[in-house]
Amino acid sequence: MEILILLLALFVLSLFLGVELITKVPPTLHTPLMSGTNAVSGITLVGALLAAGAEGSPMLVNGLGFIAVTLATINVVGGYLVTNRMLAMFKRK
Amino acid sequence: MNPNLVNFIYLIAGVLFILGIKGLTKPKTAVRGNMLSALGMLLAVVVTLLSIHHVDFAYIIAGLILGTLVGAVMALRVQMTSMPQMVALLNGFGGGASLAIAVAEYFSKLGMVPSSFADALLPTEANSSLFGAGIEGEVALIAIGLTVMIGAVTLTGSLIAFLKLQEVMKKSYGLPGGPVGNAILALASLAAVAFLVINPGHVGVMLAMIVLALALGLFLVMPIGGADMPVVIALLNSYSGIAAALAGFILGNTVLIVAGSLVGTSGLILTQIMCVAMNRSLANVLFGKMAAGGEKIDADEIYAGKVTSAQPDEVAMILETAKRVVIVPGYGMAMAQAQHAVRELANAMEARGIEVEYGIHPVAGRMPGHMNVLLAEAEVPYDKLVEMERINPTFEETDVVIVIGANDVTNPMARDVEGSPIYGMPILNVDKARTVVVIKRSLSPGFAGLPNPLFAMDHTLMVYGDGKKAVIEMTTALNQS
Repeated sequence: MEILILLLALFVLSLFLGVELITKVPPTLHTPLMSGTNAVSGITLVGALLAAGAEGSPMLVNGLGFIAVTLATINVVGGYLVTNRMLAMFKRK
Repeated sequence: MNPNLVNFIYLIAGVLFILGIKGLTKPKTAVRGNMLSALGMLLAVVVTLLSIHHVDFAYIIAGLILGTLVGAVMALRVQMTSMPQMVALLNGFGGGASLAIAVAEYFSKLGMVPSSFADALLPTEANSSLFGAGIEGEVALIAIGLTVMIGAVTLTGSLIAFLKLQEVMKKSYGLPGGPVGNAILALASLAAVAFLVINPGHVGVMLAMIVLALALGLFLVMPIGGADMPVVIALLNSYSGIAAALAGFILGNTVLIVAGSLVGTSGLILTQIMCVAMNRSLANVLFGKMAAGGEKIDADEIYAGKVTSAQPDEVAMILETAKRVVIVPGYGMAMAQAQHAVRELANAMEARGIEVEYGIHPVAGRMPGHMNVLLAEAEVPYDKLVEMERINPTFEETDVVIVIGANDVTNPMARDVEGSPIYGMPILNVDKARTVVVIKRSLSPGFAGLPNPLFAMDHTLMVYGDGKKAVIEMTTALNQS
């Protein structure tokens, strides 16, 4: 129960922090912001790793874990690479 | 590895994500910010790999390799005009990953997988204690149910958004009853979540919930038109974050919660910005059509005999004497692939000492900030890309505005004609400039389906034809004079 309250506190505070941070991102960078946060949401990879390899689990669980690892890795690798590609184009005169 | 150490490193990863987004508040620090964020991700993944024991790494390695290959190819090959499609797909994959984790966790905690479909329909006597002691069991089940639901909606909704942006799916389909049908689907999925919290052993209900939520995603996005996609992908972006945060509650994992909620708020704020820029509520974008308010406006009455057209070389002559020019691009510029030609024209003007800036409306393009990326790719310096609030006061001191591929976002009816369907939508006040040049194929209306009185104004010149060709001809004429 105590852990649950702590997780909830973390969740709520992160939401407020998110609002403060994101409202300061200029419209010029909104597309890289979206692809960059896409990469961050690939953090589900951490959860996927925990689900994928659990030894002695039924095949179905491992299979779902494999799907989750693959999809989350696409998010992470694709998201960061394409964001980097875009941001590199933003130059000053 | 010591669980405390693992959590400490998750904390560092979380801080790096925050610093990464903070870096995005300025173009100068953005590249470094993105790298910090990626470093945080690497730390989180490595420490997770080190902390898991008794695992079969075959699935993990296979998934990592496959995901890296697909992700890298997508990221390196995608064209900047197709960035909305790419982001839509990534949103969908994020939702799909959360969905798969939640379902895996459900069967793993349940400790059994039905061997056949018929077996799945036979309920077992499992109770919530399998998922955690006391109330934690129920909370874990709620988190699993909601993650499945939001993850599935994000997955199928994003795939439909992708098909619409790619223009594979051009028509709009909906459930009979429209929003009512969707509401019934949503309530049925929520009822299934509630049922599973009390009777977690009913595998059949879990399967039904997955199907319901997948269908909900399809029917939510299918009725929405292509021009409203910026709102939809921003919203789905938010869902993918919320699904990740919920998955964090299932696994009791702090870094998932922090990262997921940052992404969730980011998507929501962008959704809000898009809605304000169209002067429509989110509910109106998702469930409604454009308001059909006011009497039908006759396009002929507005345009008849009042539209002046011009040739590109005539425009070049006007540009010669200008001191300040503002270029207003819309999605039509991207469709005509004219961004490089526009940049050339701006170069030619700047070589003559003319001040050139770009006025960017928040909903220009197919996703938030899309126009900026397209122009940055054409090597337009970012300090020339000026947002609506800052460019609007400058139009009165502007000699020439060149509107290319934009329509509704310059329509003065949004400002002046109360009762017009777009009344109240913030626009670029290009009509305040001394001369307005509109490059457009014809007088056809934009997405709002309205005539644009700007085209009939005395100081507006219409240049008909392909945007790229017209801009190149202006540049040539300007260089020769």
